Amino acid sequence: MENKPKLKVAAYWGAACGGCSVSMLDVHEKLFDILALADFVFWPIILDTKYHDVEEMPDEHIDVTLFNGAVRNSENEEMAKLLRKKSKILVAYGSCAHMGGIPGLANFFSKEEIFKRVYLENESTFNPDGTVPQPVCEVPEGKLEIPVFYNDVLTLNQVVDVDYYLPGCPPQTERFLEVFMAIATGAELPPKGSVVGARDKSQCDECERKRTDNKLVKKFYRPWEIYDDGESCFLEQGVICMGPSTRSGCGVRCIKGNAPCRGCYGPPPDVIDPGAKMMSAIATMIDAKESDDIKKIIEDIVDPTGTFYRFSLPAAILRKKSIYEEKY
Amino acid sequence: MEYKPTILAFLCNWCSYTGADLAGTSRLKYVPNVRVIRVMCSGRVETTFVLKAFREGADAVLICGCHPGDCHYHEGNYKCLRRYLLLQKYIQQMGIHPDRLRLEWVSASEGNIFARLIDEMTETVAKLGPCEVRKTMETIM
Repeated sequence: MENKPKLKVAAYWGAACGGCSVSMLDVHEKLFDILALADFVFWPIILDTKYHDVEEMPDEHIDVTLFNGAVRNSENEEMAKLLRKKSKILVAYGSCAHMGGIPGLANFFSKEEIFKRVYLENESTFNPDGTVPQPVCEVPEGKLEIPVFYNDVLTLNQVVDVDYYLPGCPPQTERFLEVFMAIATGAELPPKGSVVGARDKSQCDECERKRTDNKLVKKFYRPWEIYDDGESCFLEQGVICMGPSTRSGCGVRCIKGNAPCRGCYGPPPDVIDPGAKMMSAIATMIDAKESDDIKKIIEDIVDPTGTFYRFSLPAAILRKKSIYEEKY
Repeated sequence: MEYKPTILAFLCNWCSYTGADLAGTSRLKYVPNVRVIRVMCSGRVETTFVLKAFREGADAVLICGCHPGDCHYHEGNYKCLRRYLLLQKYIQQMGIHPDRLRLEWVSASEGNIFARLIDEMTETVAKLGPCEVRKTMETIM
């Protein structure tokens, strides 16, 4: 161990909230163990390394890059491609890099709609000239450029080749540590493309709430509409819980905190589209046989896409709203 | 060339597939726009199947099952109905016209109804024009 060169690690964020970086910093005193094994060569949130420093590194110089956040603009894409070239292992860290995450819900709207809402219509925005960011603009001193905002939010693997996926919003720090230590100590790594830091079973497998065979419900509730009894299965109470179509590994934290699972860990193996799987399951729970009664119960699910694809819209079979929207 | 829609139909083995077969053996004429996939029960049709059909370029998806109460597996067609209604809400959110997804009950003796259904649905979908889901998903902007 003594003479072994330290692992070179990089971390970068695309379209992300910063929670993933916090989850990495949440290692607390274990940070010393990490620093004993690894050097961070690039991590904009804590280090003042510039992009050109990365460009000057030889290819595959970095051992592991943890990329969190979705790909939203040209800067994210450029950095994803650059880091891919400079890294031996590229890990999609967190739900956004894995499946698009919360920023991925913007795939409901076009770039124009987003700009209109954010820069022109927003109640708290004062913009009488209707100024909207331009990728290039001329000022007396010269030409200014900012990254190009894309129409689509993309997952990391839609842009570059990804070695491993570490899911979660954010990933549990313990899981991150396990994965990091496995890489750092030279343990045998799983095949490329694996989801690491999570288990293969669904959340329900680890859930401690009481279950019966009767899953039929007459009404769906949003979590704030019901007094949760604290011990029986959320679905049986009529609260939509993504547990059945979500990988375990987080330690069922939300459910232990009396909140239903929202699906950040993504689908278990062999499920292509967790939202569709969940829709299939939820629909069969409806306790009604007539169309009108069923419709009335479905009305309780206010926003099916936002509910079932909260973290996975860009990775879904229908990854964005049709650009040729049909009026009826 | 005149636009010809492609309709993907999931037919349940016990009623609707037999009904469609009857339409054939009775030599009923109907438009050739439908591609049939036999499933054991309409309750077997997962939402993933329907979404994948749209993703792969189907202009419309038709699901046919036994009439309510007639399901070979007692409840499968009710499960299908519930999924269908939820799916309708979802595909509309994703900007797909509701007429592009249909659920109909066709029994084993209703060959004529199946033939008429295909004619009528093809006409409706032809009026809507090509479904652009595949193109949408393939265009990265």
